Amino acid sequence: MFKHKDLLGIRDMSADEIGFLLDTAGPMKEIIKRPIKKVPTLRGRTVVTLFYENSTRTRGSFELAAKYLSADSINMSGSSSSVAKGESLYDTGRTLQSLGADVIVLRHPMPGAPRLLARSVQAAVINAGDGAHEHPSQALLDMFTVREKKGGLAGLQVVIVGDILHSRVARSNIWGFTKMGAKVRVCGPPTLIPAGLEQTGVRVVHQMDQALDGADVIIMLRIQKERQEQGLFPGLREYSRLYGLNRRRLELAAGDALVLHPGPMNRGVEIAADMADGSQTAIEEQVTNGVAVRMALLYLLIGGGAQ
Amino acid sequence: MAEWKQKARIMDSDGIRRVITRIAHEIIERNKGTGDLVLIGIRRRGVPLARRLADRIREIEGSLVSVGVLDITLYRDDLTTMGHQPVVRQTEVTFSIDGKRVVLVDDVLFTGRTIRAALDAIIDLGRPRYIQLAALVDRGHRELPIRADYVGKNVPTSHREEVAVRLIETDEIDEVVIMEKT
Amino acid sequence: MKLIIQNGRLLDPVAGRDQNADLYVNNGLICAPFQPDSTTSIIDAGGKLVAPGLVDMHVHLREPGFEYKETIVTGTAAAARGGFTGVACMPNTDPVTDNRVTVEYINKRAQEDGLVKVYPVGAITRGSRGQELAELADMREAGAAAFSDDGQPVTDAGLMRRAMLYCSMLGAAIISHCEDKSLAGGGVMHEGAYSTILGLKGIPASAEEAMVARDIILAGETGCPLHLAHISTTGSVSLVREAKKRGVRVTAEVTPHHFTLTDRAVGDFNTNAKVNPPLRGEADVQAVRQGLADGTIDAIATDHAPHSFDEKNVEFDLAPFGLVGLETAVGLVWTELVLTGILTPLQAVQKLSCNPARILGVAGGTLTEGASADITIIDPLLEETVNPADFAGKSRNTPFTGRRLKGLPVLTIVAGEIKYRRQESVVSSQ
Repeated sequence: MFKHKDLLGIRDMSADEIGFLLDTAGPMKEIIKRPIKKVPTLRGRTVVTLFYENSTRTRGSFELAAKYLSADSINMSGSSSSVAKGESLYDTGRTLQSLGADVIVLRHPMPGAPRLLARSVQAAVINAGDGAHEHPSQALLDMFTVREKKGGLAGLQVVIVGDILHSRVARSNIWGFTKMGAKVRVCGPPTLIPAGLEQTGVRVVHQMDQALDGADVIIMLRIQKERQEQGLFPGLREYSRLYGLNRRRLELAAGDALVLHPGPMNRGVEIAADMADGSQTAIEEQVTNGVAVRMALLYLLIGGGAQ
Repeated sequence: MAEWKQKARIMDSDGIRRVITRIAHEIIERNKGTGDLVLIGIRRRGVPLARRLADRIREIEGSLVSVGVLDITLYRDDLTTMGHQPVVRQTEVTFSIDGKRVVLVDDVLFTGRTIRAALDAIIDLGRPRYIQLAALVDRGHRELPIRADYVGKNVPTSHREEVAVRLIETDEIDEVVIMEKT
Repeated sequence: MKLIIQNGRLLDPVAGRDQNADLYVNNGLICAPFQPDSTTSIIDAGGKLVAPGLVDMHVHLREPGFEYKETIVTGTAAAARGGFTGVACMPNTDPVTDNRVTVEYINKRAQEDGLVKVYPVGAITRGSRGQELAELADMREAGAAAFSDDGQPVTDAGLMRRAMLYCSMLGAAIISHCEDKSLAGGGVMHEGAYSTILGLKGIPASAEEAMVARDIILAGETGCPLHLAHISTTGSVSLVREAKKRGVRVTAEVTPHHFTLTDRAVGDFNTNAKVNPPLRGEADVQAVRQGLADGTIDAIATDHAPHSFDEKNVEFDLAPFGLVGLETAVGLVWTELVLTGILTPLQAVQKLSCNPARILGVAGGTLTEGASADITIIDPLLEETVNPADFAGKSRNTPFTGRRLKGLPVLTIVAGEIKYRRQESVVSSQ
């Protein structure tokens, strides 16, 4: 059912594999809710999180997932500046392999870095976000959350709003939701929509009100201030006016629309301050589900079977 | 690939029903009633057996006994040596087991490794007063110091044989057969 | 040394000749028929194509400065194996070839140890930094064939205009690397659906076309011969076609990778397909093929850009641009252009030999009597699967590994001397 050495992107996965992974995450979530959150499954296995970018929740989530499954986990950091002049990713990977890593969870600012690492080592490689390419575990946890709340994914209208150009979360979610039979719209200014995006099977809409019409799921992306400095949009005030989610806009969506945000949020920019904690949001639930999905991932990659 | 063929049918539907009834009586007797009693079935076929036992106990004693479902996949000691990845399913123990008299239910007791894993799994869920074990069939060949408190039938087997328990809920028929490798 | 190449199909675009005939060589020159004696070598070229020596007008030999990637020795060996009898080498060496001494050094090294003829291209600006003109006349005297800041655009339009004005008195072409950096925006592959899927920064077609348009305007104004390196987009082909119609002295080249591969070749972040300009979309590939067919594009050049394995075995963003092309060029031209009917064999030879020679202003590209005996023999039926381990060059960074090619160079003769002979070829000498 799941026969990959690595998890590098949702694009590489079939609908069956995604479904199987989400099915496995269910029992994992039960473990997280126990008083004693630990099972012995991955005893003696070593999980290395290798992060070349800052991240609190993704890294913490993988680390907890490893610990709940009794794996040993160690954290390594690299700064992206040292990537260019320091030890190459290939050499770093070989070193971690010699140290006995069974899984390397890689976060890297450059697209394709996990692919390079996966080619260089026998250890399983999990892409924890590579530039604007993919962030598969985030998309899996989003799909898990939506499936839990909506009972299924097929036929849903999903809208992704914001900086699609730089978003790996958007790309992974586009692949994932589309494969699972949902319809995906993306919304943002033309300067933040990458070329040829329609060819991935999504509809591109620039007006937020139009995009939200009848939406079952709304995924709000974080907008970064540095994009303004790069001249991709004029300012946060205007951005928020055009693409911020507020109560009035939410009423355009389906009555029980679910609002997701991969975090960290800019309250008052892409999402109105009073909405972030509202009843239609599942932003905190996403965090718990993130651990469950990552436990499932670790289990499926190194939990069983001769490798 | 070895072919399996059926060697003997050791229990039919009536036989299973009688055994369930007897074990239900034994559980009530040994535990002096049903106070604090819970049944936990080990996936897959321990689960319908636990439910049948609970139904029978209710018929005998008139009291409801909670039934939990235990998936021991994550506690297996053979994960790294298996050729495939066993599917992880939900553990559903929605009640507290602290201080409870737990009867663990499985279909076949063989090496004892499944029970070892189940004991670990239960202990992770809480601290029961004690744990007992009920098995429909004990086929011997223990690899761990584990024994059953309630046994439906002791069936001496060889390693070339398999005991297949089939239940209506999972297999559309109630029977226990011995299969032999040819 | 005397040589007779018998029974071949002679292709001489300059003479407009495509016929079966014998070719005679004496003293390094093509000569009138003579009676063979005991000292005469005879090559049977039956079933083969006998072409004037191919000239690759866009090669990076990497020496001086980057000898770990390629040297004049290994680069010219790769050229000989690829059927080229002459190569023009770009000035982005270390030090940059922006002065007489470096031009002379390259010429000296090439004469001493090179297997084929080497035509150094001098930098337009000092250090190719795009700030002040290099000593163009001095380099021209020392033997620079043309001028280019290849690898970098001359961003300052005023400076480019002055370079063209100055060059117009030297009779040498300016070879322009057309790229508007503000539009390219740090991109690493063609901007399109595929860059979007991979999350890599895209280089839009406009980054090239805006600069092509600018340089055509400047060439028209200054009268300087302008040669556009590695054009790759539909828009660039149109601009060149239109400029030629108006009589602007502009010529253009395309690389085998740009007429063969699309951005999909990047696949799963294959750094050997990272090249500048980037591999474009399907429509662009069709447009450059059309440009070759209708004569808009004059030359086929490889932009042979060797890089070491370690340099390419990194994150896609960090990998250097460039791929090696000398040893796959003829096979790609034959397989992709001749066998598909886009070019006749004579046109293919024209774009691989006499046109580049003419643009560079160097001898070659013809089989007429008295010409230097630079000869390439091509076996149009010979097939191979590209295996970088077979390369004579130092680097292996090709996106064509495993590709089946038909129509391969089997014998390369420079000034009457055999510099490369393909072992399994049926060409024999007595």
